[in-house]
Amino acid sequence: MTGCPFGGRPPEASGPDGSAVSADPPRDGRDREQPTAGTRLSRRGLFGIAGLGGAAAGLAAGFLGHDAVAASAAPPAADSLVVPFHGDHQAGITTAAQDRLHMAAFDVTTTKRDELIQLLKDWTEAAEALTQGRPAGATGAVDGPYGAPPQDTGEALDLNAGKLTLTFGFGAGLFEKDGGARFGLDGRRPEALIDLPHFPGDDLDPGRSGGDLVVQACADDPQVAVHAIRNLARIGFGKVRVRWSQLGFGRTSSTSRAQQTPRNLFGFKDGTNNLKVEDEQLLDQHVWARAARPQDAWMAGGSYLVARRIRMHIEIWDRTSLGEQEALVGRTKGTGAPLSGGEEFTNPDFDRQGKGGKPLIPLDSHVRMAHPSHNNGVQMLRRGYNYTDGSDGVGHLDAGLFFIAFVTDPRTHYVPMQMAMAKGDTLAVEYLKHTGSGLFAVPGGVKPGGYIGEGLFT
Amino acid sequence: MPGFSLPQNPRHAFRNRPAGLAAAVVAVPLLLTGCTDNTKAADPSGGAIEVVSSNTECKVSTGRVPSGNLNFSVKNEGTEVTEFYLLASDGLRILGEVENVGPGLTRNLVVTAPAGTYTTACKPGMEGDGIRGALEVTQSGNQPTADADFQHLLDTATAQYSSYVKDQSEQLLTGTEQFAAAFAAGNTAQARDLYAATRQHWERIEPVAESFGDLDPQLDAREADLEPGQEWTGWHRAEKDLFPPAEYTAMTAAERSAIADRMVADTKDLVERTKTLDFTADALGNGAKELLDEVATGKVTGEEEIWSHTDLWDFQANVDGARIAFENLKPALQQKDAALAASLDEKFAALQAELATHAQGSGFTSYDKLAPEQVQRLASLVDALGEPLSRLTAAVVL
Repeated sequence: MTGCPFGGRPPEASGPDGSAVSADPPRDGRDREQPTAGTRLSRRGLFGIAGLGGAAAGLAAGFLGHDAVAASAAPPAADSLVVPFHGDHQAGITTAAQDRLHMAAFDVTTTKRDELIQLLKDWTEAAEALTQGRPAGATGAVDGPYGAPPQDTGEALDLNAGKLTLTFGFGAGLFEKDGGARFGLDGRRPEALIDLPHFPGDDLDPGRSGGDLVVQACADDPQVAVHAIRNLARIGFGKVRVRWSQLGFGRTSSTSRAQQTPRNLFGFKDGTNNLKVEDEQLLDQHVWARAARPQDAWMAGGSYLVARRIRMHIEIWDRTSLGEQEALVGRTKGTGAPLSGGEEFTNPDFDRQGKGGKPLIPLDSHVRMAHPSHNNGVQMLRRGYNYTDGSDGVGHLDAGLFFIAFVTDPRTHYVPMQMAMAKGDTLAVEYLKHTGSGLFAVPGGVKPGGYIGEGLFT
Repeated sequence: MPGFSLPQNPRHAFRNRPAGLAAAVVAVPLLLTGCTDNTKAADPSGGAIEVVSSNTECKVSTGRVPSGNLNFSVKNEGTEVTEFYLLASDGLRILGEVENVGPGLTRNLVVTAPAGTYTTACKPGMEGDGIRGALEVTQSGNQPTADADFQHLLDTATAQYSSYVKDQSEQLLTGTEQFAAAFAAGNTAQARDLYAATRQHWERIEPVAESFGDLDPQLDAREADLEPGQEWTGWHRAEKDLFPPAEYTAMTAAERSAIADRMVADTKDLVERTKTLDFTADALGNGAKELLDEVATGKVTGEEEIWSHTDLWDFQANVDGARIAFENLKPALQQKDAALAASLDEKFAALQAELATHAQGSGFTSYDKLAPEQVQRLASLVDALGEPLSRLTAAVVL
């Protein structure tokens, strides 16, 4: 149902189990955490009945047979599609990875501190609404003055919240540009917010790298994610300019043990050994930032977001034998078991030897190079997505992995690993090319009444 | 050198790894311990023959199969790493093997076998004679050609290729010495002339050269491949000085000399090392594929020679190297898959014809003069060739 606020299908038209029968984004079924039946909630509907209590709405549903109202008849169940915006940490980090991504980086064009702060307040307000499935602006897409453009762009009307999360981060350029401090933020740039070094093989496009601000929108419906970025960009016009943006599909890692391990565009399971939301102690150790200095207190509960656009040489990979593919990855393609044996979640045994005393998991394999045991024990929370930006003009897919990782400190948790991989991981060396890059400080979560990164401006 | 260097573990066609039936010869005494269930006949439709290897047993799902392609599915249910062999009736000659099967994993093996009696063996722990059984292959009317000369064809192929590599590396050294002399002497015009033509000898044997994880970056690293603090030497260092971009500070005479000396010394080292290389048929096939991969990812995009724009010279040389490896293997391939051989002939010719349209003098048009549609045509022919070429190794080795 969800749909059609103007008298579409009555509630009986929903599926036999009461679930929606249409208007849902295509799902690939890989997520075990399917939304509960009967929970699709219309933005329009929610907005329209704002102020009504749940019980009243439920009564109304019976009489009106109106989609919008009917949809709101079960607000508690609808929670399963809404990821809370407020909290100690920003949503979209340990949140179970949704299926779609739209990430955008912005250059701040205004030079006025007040305007920057106002923008962050406006974005916070919009994010609170959007993540609950409500439209941006007080009058949304269709309830405003007839003579004015609507406040919300409208393409997410009738769609549910789709587990949208919006995660905001600050790039080095927000603090310093052209050698000078900006926005009165002298001395506030966290030491961990470094300029990433050049890694061997990098072929970075400046138009796909950097940015003063970043917004990561994740949702189970691409239209919801695109809608969110579009409306935030619109709110920002005149103060910020979109520097780059990236669409992603098919999450390439799991951030919860309830999720199945997805596959990347090489056809291999990706993220088997990823940090999961259940690993609380490890998250404290490897993901959540520490405020090393008093002036970094605003980063408490935050993290550092590394974004890398990694082009895959898909065509030559597809011409590589299965044995070679598995040797490069260090796992089997079918079940994802390490080549040392067992099943997907069996710990790799890097010492186990095969023919001629050579390790079963090759020394230059991806799984070995990336494993914590070969990286000083460091781990990261990966949240990447597959991407395809069509083809490149010579008939090859412009596709790969949009790598996203959250780490406590990129100096210890990303740079050494990436340096080692860029040199010695044959998979990375021969089949991957990094074409975009960004590093952002993601402040801690927003409290009700607060705004994103508030602590930085106080 | 788009697929550049691998200091620790070069993963290229010529690294040392056991090659299918060409490399592995294990002298084991004939010992038929018959722990096989031979009672069932194989599914005549050609379903997989299930092999279950445990620490103490080697269960083969059937004892009798029709001749043709035998598909074994080898599951390791033991705790040791295992391997599986199909041996001739003498229990010595290896017809097919699958090794490094970790506990819990399943690996497939395809062997083409004429009618006859064979020996199967699982080898948990990868040592000893293994747990053996008998396998009878019955006449199916689908008799593969049993060719005693096939191995001879492969041996000829690898010997010919070995000579080619030796010849190219020696020519590379001669050319490098001339280039280095001109470069060190500040004779820029002459060095530019020699640059692309000499590099062709390198590019023709690139997978071999790349297999030396230390020499490859010293000789062929591009600026983008460097890690912070890494010294930059070799061809592309010289290239930047000979074809300098805007706002580039030219090298001093001493710097040029140092680069030139190093290139000659490294190339001499390369020549020495190629003399001791052993080639196997799968190395030729994989090497040919890798050369086309290089073309597809680096040359056709103009990334390799970003200052000199001599990418089409490298392109031609990579194609030469791939074609030579293919030509060497062709007699063997014609026995196994004549259609693939014919298709590769045709695809090589089509790509060569397109390349020829960009010939200029003894070399090629500058890459930056190519129109996008010309690049697209080349790329599409590279893909058309690369796809069947990726099947070459399996066709001759399996």
